[in-house]
Amino acid sequence: MEATADRWPVWEVFVQEKSGAPHEHAGSVHAPDATLALQNARDTYARRSGCSLWVVPSEAITASTPEDSPMLFDSIADKVYRHPQFYKIPRSVRL
Amino acid sequence: MEQQKPVSQAPAAVVPATPDPREAEFEARIARGEKIEPKDWMPERYRRQLVRMMAQHAHSEVVGMLPEGNWITRAPSLRRKMGLLAKVQDEGGHGLYLYCAAETLGVDRADLVDELLEGKAKYSSIFNYPTLTWADIGVIGWIVDGAAIVNQTMLAKGSYGPYARAMVRVCKEESFHKKQGYEMVTALAQGTPEQKQMVQDALNRWWWPSLMMFGPHDQQSSNSDELMRWRVKLQSNDTLRQRFVNQTVNQARAIGLTLPDPDLCFNEETGNWEFGAIDWAEFKRVLNGQGPCNRDRLRARRKAHEEGRWVREAALAYAEKHQVN
Repeated sequence: MEATADRWPVWEVFVQEKSGAPHEHAGSVHAPDATLALQNARDTYARRSGCSLWVVPSEAITASTPEDSPMLFDSIADKVYRHPQFYKIPRSVRL
Repeated sequence: MEQQKPVSQAPAAVVPATPDPREAEFEARIARGEKIEPKDWMPERYRRQLVRMMAQHAHSEVVGMLPEGNWITRAPSLRRKMGLLAKVQDEGGHGLYLYCAAETLGVDRADLVDELLEGKAKYSSIFNYPTLTWADIGVIGWIVDGAAIVNQTMLAKGSYGPYARAMVRVCKEESFHKKQGYEMVTALAQGTPEQKQMVQDALNRWWWPSLMMFGPHDQQSSNSDELMRWRVKLQSNDTLRQRFVNQTVNQARAIGLTLPDPDLCFNEETGNWEFGAIDWAEFKRVLNGQGPCNRDRLRARRKAHEEGRWVREAALAYAEKHQVN
């Protein structure tokens, strides 16, 4: 949809709460360009905490759908061998 | 991603003769305490109820900036002014979290704002009362935000993911609102006789409208059963209202203020503070546009929207110019 003065594009906002933490999705803002998206993200989602922000045009994100979920995630339950608990070692040894 | 519209919409025009099998699975997910996310299948009515609730909630935050904004320039000290400015800015932010959450269900914020400006949308009746003195600002922070916290703490556990997450964010910020209000009220209650009288008067005027914020009694609340079944709400209006009264009685007493209800009395058996009859005729009047400030509030919102138009146009023109170059 073409942007108008009352309908700016949507940007998804990711906030890093503190140094070393991951950037986490916080919500979205409307803005006509990336500079204002960052400014609006700061005013909306980082009034008290935060040290870094990402803004991404919502349109640029491809997300999996609930219909994709079985194909993507169902096999997780069958992969116990990907976890350390699956493997047995002598009790006397600390790895 | 939340912003994208749900892939599967419920059938629009034709209502199937047999219930949609997806509905049973949806109800089962809710019963298991799972969160519903934007792209998940949901009954059309769940979607509509949530859009309605989130939009009304967003409008309430935005209109809620007006009664308090009224006093920013007249705050009695720089400390109070900084606190109030930050609080009013938070309310604007809360409105934006909520519009953002509503947009995850495929509506456009601009349309919701238009409905507000055209007078078609509802918002909390409490914001149609005037802020007559500085003491009103303290009392609003203490009991209006206090009542909002009781409601929002419950909504933060609701079944729709984006709404619940917005509420978690809101609740973290609201505790400062309530505390700065109570500090202000305490200072006035311990001040000169005139100050004490001013804050008691403010409490007298805001108490009953605050109780109305929780909405009609359970028997009269048309949406409640459905919303509770879908775990959008986890507790009823009357339960939340009672919790708010119970916690506020002692807060008022601690600073020598009196809640304006001659029927207020403690029930040893239930552990509840029982309170007098709420004037529901007043509630309906204010909700339907006949409160003391309904017209002022909408006029102020429209004025702000119009006067900000050149900024929105300029920002867009700048963005487009730089995109081309």
